[in-house]
Amino acid sequence: METTHQGKITGINGNLLRVEFFSPVAQNEVAYAMSGDLRLKAEVIRIRGNIAELQVFEDTGDLRVGDAVDFTGELLSVELGPGLLGAIYDGLQNPLPELAEESGFFLQRGKYLSALDRNTKWAFTPKVKVGDVVQAGDTLGTVPEGIFEHRIMVPFRLRGTFTVETIVGAGERTVEEGIATLKGEQGRAISVSMMQRWPVKLPIKVYTERLRPTEPLVTKVRIVDTFFPVSRGGTYCIPGPFGAGKTVLQQITSRHADVDIVIITACGERAGEVVETLREFPHLEDPRTGRSLMERTLIICNTSSMPVAAREASVYTGVTLAEYYRQMGLNVLLLADSTSRWAQALREMSGRLEEIPGEEAFPAYLESVIAAFYERGGVVRLRDGSTGSVTIGGTVSPAGGNFEEPVTQSTLKVVGAFHGLSRERSDARRFPAIQPLDSWSKYDGVVPEDQVVFARSTLRRGSEVNQMMKVVGEEGTSIDDFVVYLKAEYLDSVYLQQDAYHDVDAATSADRQKYMFNHIHDVLKMQMTFEEKDAARQFFQKLTQLTKDWNRTPQDGAEFKTLESRAEDMLAEVTAHA
Amino acid sequence: MIRLEGERVYLQVFAGSRGITTDAQVRFLGHPMEVPFSDALLGRIFTGSGQPRDRGPTIEENMTAIGGPSVNPAKRIIPRNMVRTGLPMIDVFNTLVESQKLPIFSVAGEPYNPLLARIALQAEVDIIILGGMGLKHDDYLYFRDTLEKQGALARSVLFVHTAADPTVECLMVPDIALAVAEQFALQSKRVLVLLTDMTNFSDAMKEIAITMEQIPSNRGYPGDLYSQLAARYEKAVDFDTAGSITILAVTTMPGDDVTHPVPDNTGYITEGQFYLRNGRIEPFGSLSRLKQLVNDKTRADHRTIMNSMIQLYASYRETLEKQAMGFRMSAWDQKLLKYGARFEREMMDLSVNIPLEKALDLGWHILADCFEPTETGIPGKMTDQYWPKKSEG
Repeated sequence: METTHQGKITGINGNLLRVEFFSPVAQNEVAYAMSGDLRLKAEVIRIRGNIAELQVFEDTGDLRVGDAVDFTGELLSVELGPGLLGAIYDGLQNPLPELAEESGFFLQRGKYLSALDRNTKWAFTPKVKVGDVVQAGDTLGTVPEGIFEHRIMVPFRLRGTFTVETIVGAGERTVEEGIATLKGEQGRAISVSMMQRWPVKLPIKVYTERLRPTEPLVTKVRIVDTFFPVSRGGTYCIPGPFGAGKTVLQQITSRHADVDIVIITACGERAGEVVETLREFPHLEDPRTGRSLMERTLIICNTSSMPVAAREASVYTGVTLAEYYRQMGLNVLLLADSTSRWAQALREMSGRLEEIPGEEAFPAYLESVIAAFYERGGVVRLRDGSTGSVTIGGTVSPAGGNFEEPVTQSTLKVVGAFHGLSRERSDARRFPAIQPLDSWSKYDGVVPEDQVVFARSTLRRGSEVNQMMKVVGEEGTSIDDFVVYLKAEYLDSVYLQQDAYHDVDAATSADRQKYMFNHIHDVLKMQMTFEEKDAARQFFQKLTQLTKDWNRTPQDGAEFKTLESRAEDMLAEVTAHA
Repeated sequence: MIRLEGERVYLQVFAGSRGITTDAQVRFLGHPMEVPFSDALLGRIFTGSGQPRDRGPTIEENMTAIGGPSVNPAKRIIPRNMVRTGLPMIDVFNTLVESQKLPIFSVAGEPYNPLLARIALQAEVDIIILGGMGLKHDDYLYFRDTLEKQGALARSVLFVHTAADPTVECLMVPDIALAVAEQFALQSKRVLVLLTDMTNFSDAMKEIAITMEQIPSNRGYPGDLYSQLAARYEKAVDFDTAGSITILAVTTMPGDDVTHPVPDNTGYITEGQFYLRNGRIEPFGSLSRLKQLVNDKTRADHRTIMNSMIQLYASYRETLEKQAMGFRMSAWDQKLLKYGARFEREMMDLSVNIPLEKALDLGWHILADCFEPTETGIPGKMTDQYWPKKSEG
């Protein structure tokens, strides 16, 4: 078998190999380039005549013309089974801590380990009986994985219906042990273990229907939940120039988001940021369960200095794992940081393939590739009636912070919410730096719609007054306009801005948001009279200070009420003049 | 050797191809580019291809391949030590952290090399490695003389490519410098790598890419500019159970345009940036992303001072704009003007050299001198504790 599936290297350009082959090869099949003891993983990306072009997932140094290439006949796949949660993988699903144990500080080329531990035993409980009729995606049994019931399902690749011929009893098993045999319609028997493989570039589609995302996904970031909400099963993007806080925003979301599982894909970004997550999450408590956050987190990290081709694979690996857990009726949040690096990986390969470049040298198929990726998010109804969702949040790093570039524009066409970060806001240290006037969301939020509409109009008018004041000066502005401007600033500093590093302020629950926003809405609606502008400014400076202190106090404490009544007293004074 | 195609290979000649004849012979060495490593490197100066530039002997110990594999993220640790530089604009407002990679964005005329030299002299690290790319010969001599005069040369290694040397050597400088830094770091040394100027490096890369007939992506730069820069910057690391590498790199912005591909891509890779403008480190835009990891351990008031002073300085700038347009100055504006002037003079100036704690105290004094506690937006608890009493101020 092996000898018939070999090829020979005829050219090397960066990480692109030209390989002459002698027996049929498949597009996107995985191959290994071999030089001495080295086996480097590669993927077929184009075939012309009897020359296949392969992108190698590693540095190609030391490979020589004439070296052999082994074709495997399989598409690039991931292993699915119990033991994924808490893991830290590279873009090809190699477990990084295990790699470190084997090869020390540096990532060694050509070293591949299996993603799921082959020796761990899982306590399997069967959920079907001999004679039951099942199809792909149906539960055969469960194993406990941390806080979840991990469903062992009929492999997704199987088509048609099957009869359970044998099923093992409850007991401890490894992922490779057979747990059941299924008999197909044509009488073919298939042995099933707790582990299955799935090609990353194909969406898993074993569900009955896709639903419209309606339920809000609470991130505990006020500006997101109140103004630009995201739904479970929705998609959103965070474009922004560097230094605007994309990654911090995602980190906060990964901690506080109200979902079952968070998958973080660090795609071509800084290693340091992933390390923060790697080292901190095991010690952080999941507010929902009281267990370690790591038990609900899965990290895929292919940082910027790791091989470029694996970067492209990493987002697909992430979304495939998300879909797998969705099949168990769980809500999964996939955070991809940053999709621009993935697009750049496509551009690099496209350049080496000497394809005709599109805008900014990105390949012409960029848009359809991005659309296909975001379309893998969604809420689905499973065959047993339960629902599961994959929410996708991707950051975009537009060149020069200019949103008019191909990656941002292609992304905006397919997502349901847009959280545009702005340099002006981050320079003014207004975090999160989501631009409140330009961003949008098509989903429903946690506070009443009419209050948000009013608050948004205050923001807009405040910004207009501010623009005007820059031209005519403060003295040329009427006191009423000036108060509108101060109100907008107040809303901005006490509600839109949030201190990510403060224990209490960093996360505002949906209930607290409703409570607070109601309060702030009243302030915005209130008729206020001031003798002069300096008095108005001083009043708002004080009120802002007070409300900020209020933000920093726990909702259940006594101080919370004290500060609230102090604010009410202050407000009563200025309205009394009216 | 950079590309293979059938029976044909593509080579890069380090010394430039001038005068090479069509019947010249090519000898393959069978190994990639290597650099020697030993303590004997300290105090020495080399070219971009690792040849001695001073009159010292060639070193051929411990040859190490350059551009080695990247560090396993699972073997990194969260940075936790600040690098003290004695510059308040860095220490107080944008603290430099061990294992951080930070560019200094600057326009051609700014004193970025003197700034680097000052940091090299004042920073608390074990080893300094300087990589010069496309340096003017004067600048090279300036670095050498400054480090020598202040006695810092003995803990430094210099790899210098001057503007007159072959382009290909320019490409080697960061790799060589970082390969050596990595070896020192593995010996538990705290290494600071200073690179100047990464725009020259990128331009060298552009030159080679275009010669190689690669499809350019943005203003002629190759499509893998981001990956290439990242591969270098990501060498900055804090090893679990070993030393660390911190990188400060100058990136000149052609036409003061931060959206130019080189500063733009750099900004996405590095952990923040310093803007050097009008001879000062600009407080807006300048950002050390890792400062939050260390500035809660220095002194309880560090973050408060950092945030409020910058916010007030931002208001001062707005007031300046209003003043320039001839609007009447309110009482609040007058206060801001007074504050801004003091802040620029006593904190921002690059010649200020005071330790962090002194700088924080100075901050409180400036604030107390200009404002009432409630005007600063500082939480009540902080002002109760730190606000200097009138008699002291």
